[in-house]
Amino acid sequence: MISLNHKKRLPGSPHRSKRYYYVISSIVAFLALINMSAFKSESGSAGLSELLKPHFSKQDSMISKRAFLQVYKVLMSPRCMNCHPSGDIPLQGDDSHFHLQGVKRGHDGTGLYALKCGNCHQSHNLPGLHMPPGNPKWHLPPANMKMVFQGRTPHQLALQLLDKKRNGGRSIKALVDHITSDTLVLSGWTPADGLSKPPLTHKAFVNAFNEWIKHGAISPDPENK
Amino acid sequence: MPTIENTYSLYINRKETRVTVSPDMPILWLLRDVIGLTGTKFGCGMAQCGACTIHLDGEAVRSCVTSVSRAVGKEIITIEGLSPEGDHPLQHAWAEVNVPQCGYCQAGQLMSAAVLLRENPEPTDQDIDDAMSGNICRCGTYLRIRKAIHLAAAIQKSRAKQS
Ligand code: FES
Ligand code: FES
Repeated sequence: MISLNHKKRLPGSPHRSKRYYYVISSIVAFLALINMSAFKSESGSAGLSELLKPHFSKQDSMISKRAFLQVYKVLMSPRCMNCHPSGDIPLQGDDSHFHLQGVKRGHDGTGLYALKCGNCHQSHNLPGLHMPPGNPKWHLPPANMKMVFQGRTPHQLALQLLDKKRNGGRSIKALVDHITSDTLVLSGWTPADGLSKPPLTHKAFVNAFNEWIKHGAISPDPENK
Repeated sequence: MPTIENTYSLYINRKETRVTVSPDMPILWLLRDVIGLTGTKFGCGMAQCGACTIHLDGEAVRSCVTSVSRAVGKEIITIEGLSPEGDHPLQHAWAEVNVPQCGYCQAGQLMSAAVLLRENPEPTDQDIDDAMSGNICRCGTYLRIRKAIHLAAAIQKSRAKQS
């Protein structure tokens, strides 16, 4: 039996010189730089690039990932995800079933023909169970920028949120503004009768989002389901 | 608490109409109970069935959940005003195909179909489903509705050629 005493070299294990470790760490540092510049160009945010200047510690990345997992819980709650479906049919209710009446996204996200969102959804929630919830801007993301949440892992959703090509063309600042003050986002916390609220308060959600950004906007690991 | 009523000047079927009602009165109530336009029907009262569909600035809104205050400065068209002469291609096609059974849902069906034909003069079966699947018909006249919409599209096209 082979002993796992770390002082003994295992058969076949190469002897590694200091130079070897120097070369490897240089490559890693170079790759990290490339990664950061790609991230900067994707997010298009001067603010974020300022934030990224110092190297983030392991501690930062843990805080960032943990904060995003809180954000993720909110984004995947029915109040957010129902309007970010993977298909072209909006979802409804706390069980996120397909929207009745055969409603579809349409090109601009406001529905099709006689089934446009504003034909039933008013500027405010209507009282009573199963009555249409409302907001003046009620709509889905448009067909050319679907911003799907449904089915995304934390890793995938974090990367998507930071990618201007998939986040509605938003800089980090615009993203923070959107989740902080867009009335359609806020309406998730004043649901129509009988519908649940997202799992965090809006304030806690915004705080978690800011924590995520401040500590490097690190996406959780791919295996983090 | 007493209901506060306001006087509104509304455009209904191309006519200015003054009414004194509560701002949150559903347009359906206004049409049927105040003005006496009873072509628009009450089905569910919660935007689920489409029986109450009217046009508000050309969009097929559900009048049971749309308040009078939303109609201020906009144009309301009901089934009575769909075509001043009653000769909308859809009306011809509906008669030709003999679409209605009990008729209760048909005003809403026609108002929804009118938006479809305006936005898409040559709809496919899929387009018809996409436009009409929110209008429920208890009598199950769906296949005749689809046939009549295709016919109306053809009538509309031939009229456009003639003019
Ligand atoms: S009565 Fe308005 S949708 Fe049913
Ligand atoms: S014709 Fe009877 S409900 Fe449609």
